[in-house]
Amino acid sequence: MREIRFHGRGGQGAVTAAEILATAAFYDGKYSQAFPFFGVERRGAPVTAFARIDDRFIRIRNQIYEPDYIVVQDSTLIEVVNVADGLKENGKAIVNTEKEPDEIGLDTGAEIVTINATKIALDMLGVPIVNTSMLGAFAAVSKEVTLDSIIKGIHKRFIPKLASKNEKAVEVAFKEMEARI
Amino acid sequence: MPRGDVLHGSRAVAEAVKLCDVDVIAAYPITPQTHIVEDLAEFVANGELDAEYVLVESEHSAMSACIGASATGVRTFTATSSQGLALMHEMLFIASGMRLPIVMANANRALSAPINIWNDQQDSMSERDCGWIQLYCETNQETLDTTIQAYRISENKKVLLPSMVCLDGFVLTHTIEPLEIPDKDAVNRFLPEFEPAVYLDPDDPMTLGAFATPADYIKFRFEQEKAMRNAIEAIEKADREYKKETGRGYGLMEEYNTKDADIIIVSMGSVVGTIKEVIDQLKGEYNVGLLKIKAFRPLPKERIKEVLKNARVVSVVEKDVSIGLGEGGLFSEIKGILYNLDERPKVLGFIIGLGGRDITQPDIRDIIKLSKKAEKDVVDEVHWIGLR
Repeated sequence: MREIRFHGRGGQGAVTAAEILATAAFYDGKYSQAFPFFGVERRGAPVTAFARIDDRFIRIRNQIYEPDYIVVQDSTLIEVVNVADGLKENGKAIVNTEKEPDEIGLDTGAEIVTINATKIALDMLGVPIVNTSMLGAFAAVSKEVTLDSIIKGIHKRFIPKLASKNEKAVEVAFKEMEARI
Repeated sequence: MPRGDVLHGSRAVAEAVKLCDVDVIAAYPITPQTHIVEDLAEFVANGELDAEYVLVESEHSAMSACIGASATGVRTFTATSSQGLALMHEMLFIASGMRLPIVMANANRALSAPINIWNDQQDSMSERDCGWIQLYCETNQETLDTTIQAYRISENKKVLLPSMVCLDGFVLTHTIEPLEIPDKDAVNRFLPEFEPAVYLDPDDPMTLGAFATPADYIKFRFEQEKAMRNAIEAIEKADREYKKETGRGYGLMEEYNTKDADIIIVSMGSVVGTIKEVIDQLKGEYNVGLLKIKAFRPLPKERIKEVLKNARVVSVVEKDVSIGLGEGGLFSEIKGILYNLDERPKVLGFIIGLGGRDITQPDIRDIIKLSKKAEKDVVDEVHWIGLR
């Protein structure tokens, strides 16, 4: 089983990202699960969302304490929340920032990968909503899910106009990350 | 490989209601149930479901509207949670007393104060005496299937009691996971059109739910209890026939590794998935099984006794507490069921997950370890897990 924890701020679509990932894994023929932890429901508040992927039906319902991956949609969260808490040593952290991995002060022994997803989102969507770009980066880094299925998941989730914009953002992020690893 | 779709628990309920061709829906939104009634409003608005959607101003009115509609002989649905269920309280007794086969989804959530929107099962546990069938669900698939089955059970002429389908708020309502939606033909074969035994008709006037004097009132209550006993067979029958159509069935309860188990955990709702996983992790180390209670009302007492009687320790894990008794409702009832046995297991109660406190795998391991200790040593009867 693979466990993925998303960290974002209210309004950045962390819950949607976890759900699209679980949907994509389902399209890949895997069992999956995604659920949010709702704290206070307001824009800007730290939000956590969870996704699991496995080859059999997922029975556990507890939150994720020892993730294989963390996806950090907003690097300013690093000062507020211990986003790397419990991240496995052989896991990966994928962080949205313009900085290099050793510049962000993330306390983990796991590999850190960074991507300027805000720029991709602004270029492709015109708004700094990075959840789909981060999914593109996640697919490239983790290989836990295919790009095609992420795109299919996006089309399931969004109305056509939004979906095609987000599809582009995912592809750009995927290619940029692939080129770098 | 999973088939079907990946859907929220809330959506699963709405899809089930659509498949059952419900005629009247009256509901009021409340977190974490809101998506259920939003989805249904959308189905009605876009013509996918041909039903009357009654916008009401409170849950009390929602249940009142369902009672009125159901009394005219049509299939009705509502959904609620927590404070909403509490506000319905007096109407719940009227629905069951009038023997109306209303089906309601309850997204289990803690009660205020302090205000808390997260999951526990205090809301439905507090309504255990209101004469409704209560069925607790482990997965989104089970929630969908149970909602469909609930109509068949409630509308059974030997039962005619309303049903509450309990799904854990957020833990199921807001979780997406794979599930299969049965095809319409299968549901049509399983669930024939609702034919009410009696109904209100202006052309043939009659009174329902009228006055009963002290001489007769007790008889009505006794009949309700008899109907609830009949529901045990009706649940099993509905489940068997549902399984024929879909391949899926759940029974009154599920036994997981209970045969020859020294320790049996008893629980209900979504947490049993986590418990099963931990039981598997501890295989070889601890001889522990699980009894998942699906039907809490009617409670299949004799079956439960049979499953539990040979265990050394029975540990009841639940998300509610009776303040002043200092124990959970399920624990009290399980203890009561076992009391008259000549030789009985020790029974421990674990109060856990109140107000959405996460129930972790280490929590379950601790419960199992403490249960093992209780085989030999004296341990406290009731434990609160997750206090800090």
